[in-house]
Amino acid sequence: MPEAVIRVAGLGKSYVTAAGLFPALKGVDLTIRRGEFVAIMGPSGSGKSTFMNLLGCLDTPTMGDYYLVERNVAHMGSDELAILRNRTIGFVFQGFNLLPRMSLEDNVALPLVYSGIEREVRRAKGRQMLARVGLDGYAKSLPARISGGQQQRVAIARALINSPRLILADEPTGNLDSHTGEEIMALFGQLNDEGITIVLVTHEADIAAHAKRQVRFFDGHIVSDIINDSATLARKPASC
Amino acid sequence: MLGAMLGEAWHAMGCNRMRTALTMLGMVIGVGSVVLMMAIGQGAQYAVAQTISTMGSNLYILISGSTNTSGVRTGSGFGPTLNVADAEAIAELDDISNVAPVHQGTQQLVYGAKNWSATVVGTTPAYLDARAWTLTSGYVFGESDVRSATRVALIGRTAAENLFEPNEDPLGKTIRIRQTPFVIIGTLGAKGQNLDGRDQDDTIIIPLTTAQRKVFGVPFAGSVRTVVLQASSAEAMPAVEKSVTALLRQRHRLREDMDNDFYIRNLAAAADSAAETTRVMSLLLGAIASVSLLVGGIGIMNIMLVSVTERTREIGIRMAIGARQKDILTQFLLEAIMISIAGCLIGLVLGISSALLINAITNMVIVISGGSVLVAFTVAAGVGVFFGFYPARKAAALDPIEALRYQ
Ligand SMILES: Nc1ncnc2c1ncn2[C@@H]1O[C@H](COP(=O)(O)OP(=O)(O)O)[C@@H](O)[C@H]1O
Ligand SMILES: [Mg+2]
Repeated sequence: MPEAVIRVAGLGKSYVTAAGLFPALKGVDLTIRRGEFVAIMGPSGSGKSTFMNLLGCLDTPTMGDYYLVERNVAHMGSDELAILRNRTIGFVFQGFNLLPRMSLEDNVALPLVYSGIEREVRRAKGRQMLARVGLDGYAKSLPARISGGQQQRVAIARALINSPRLILADEPTGNLDSHTGEEIMALFGQLNDEGITIVLVTHEADIAAHAKRQVRFFDGHIVSDIINDSATLARKPASC
Repeated sequence: MLGAMLGEAWHAMGCNRMRTALTMLGMVIGVGSVVLMMAIGQGAQYAVAQTISTMGSNLYILISGSTNTSGVRTGSGFGPTLNVADAEAIAELDDISNVAPVHQGTQQLVYGAKNWSATVVGTTPAYLDARAWTLTSGYVFGESDVRSATRVALIGRTAAENLFEPNEDPLGKTIRIRQTPFVIIGTLGAKGQNLDGRDQDDTIIIPLTTAQRKVFGVPFAGSVRTVVLQASSAEAMPAVEKSVTALLRQRHRLREDMDNDFYIRNLAAAADSAAETTRVMSLLLGAIASVSLLVGGIGIMNIMLVSVTERTREIGIRMAIGARQKDILTQFLLEAIMISIAGCLIGLVLGISSALLINAITNMVIVISGGSVLVAFTVAAGVGVFFGFYPARKAAALDPIEALRYQ
């Protein structure tokens, strides 16, 4: 069996609100192994984003343990977490989160700034990554000049630039029309075929159909966890 | 890594040019005014030091009391209380380098068709030594000239310029003062203004006796209003003041309960106080200018704080893709430093050019020292670090997820 990239045990998160502590995640156990393609599903407010933010080391749990590649994240300082976010995890957001005043190649290569890579090398690698997501020739454009689907491709290129083991995506197709969403999912499928572990959140069944495994959240709990045998069949060829 | 951070900071500055320019403006004004004020202050100090150096060192001036001055005992008769014999007696005291009795006044000088009014100083050769006054040509009259009241004169630059043509050599020419002809035997080196702002070069120096008899027509020949005396060193001055006072009181037969019938004025002290005044003035100017530098720094802090708030989401994104707290800190700190150094450079240029402009327009003495430029530059960089640190730390301390949620 491949090694566990993600292993969480009794993971929980409560938010401090005006009305007191609000438990958004109420103790979940889950193991995701290398090469998996997992769709996290569930109704709005069921704790999916809360869970993803914990997995992405963007937020800290209020209970339970999270082992990322068998290292307990709870004991890490902010610098170590930053290095994980930089090297091990690639995070894709629903709203793309590109820096608006930066060229696409610089946006894509931004994580390399924090890995201490030189500018020319960064740019070259940025252009290479843009080409990989089908956007060669857009290196000097600004994010506002391209479509939402293209922006999400740029964001994926950015997530990929440090060759992470794990791609986390919180509703990556949520801001896109269904056709573009399908294309993005095809890209994820292709990356998964290359061996990258992918966890993404969606509440659309036909998006989730691309994943090999579907985990369903409800009210802060995992309520189902099924293998999706038809995933490979449902997948369309990755074209742009 | 620092190179990459510099690039990021540069990029951020370029993104909001208006804001960057406005932030810089505070720094520009601050550094510009510090440089300008320091140039003016140091210029004034330099001018005073220059004047003091032309005055002669360790000097006292003895001024005789007069019949009309209350509080000062008058001598017998109506003449001045000091005389040449007093000066000769003082010269015998310890620690005295030079003593020169002086009788001076303004007189009309005539040469050919030209006439010019200047200060005529009747004195002895020791006067030139005491005042450290050198000649550019000719020679100084001697003691024998004083004894026999010869009609010779040394002429200052301003007086010479006004009596003679530019290409005319005054040496050997005869000028008239009150109908009396004087042969010019020496030309005096230029000294410029004295502490009171009077032109020291608008002067003719002649033997004391000739001055008293032919020019001023003094009834009590040998009495003088002033005596210039020079102590051998600055340390000796207090002792000299005491011994001279004691000697004169004895010579003038003043009883214990009687006031001095002369004043003794310490020129070195006057010079010191003039120097001190300009020093304080230049410090004050610097202090006032520093306030604007401080205001400039606070401006940087303000804008950086606004910038951190405005860019919260950007900070969140950077953290999400691996920026450590110190990376964010460095980025914002570098931004503040770059803004203040750029502002400082512009301020330096503006400050220096306005100083030069003032110098060109008003002839005010301006001194731009490397030191003051260096100080302004270091302070500016320091201000950048100091006032940039708080906003930068605030940015670095943001929680990644909170920053990402910020709208
Ligand atoms: N920062 C927060 N502070 C307080 N409550 C929050 C915060 N973020 C999310 N919640 C609440 O936690 C619950 C789960 O939210 P979330 O994880 O975003 O759900 P999902 O992504 O599944 O829609 C929701 O009820 C939401 O209102
Ligand atoms: Mg969500």
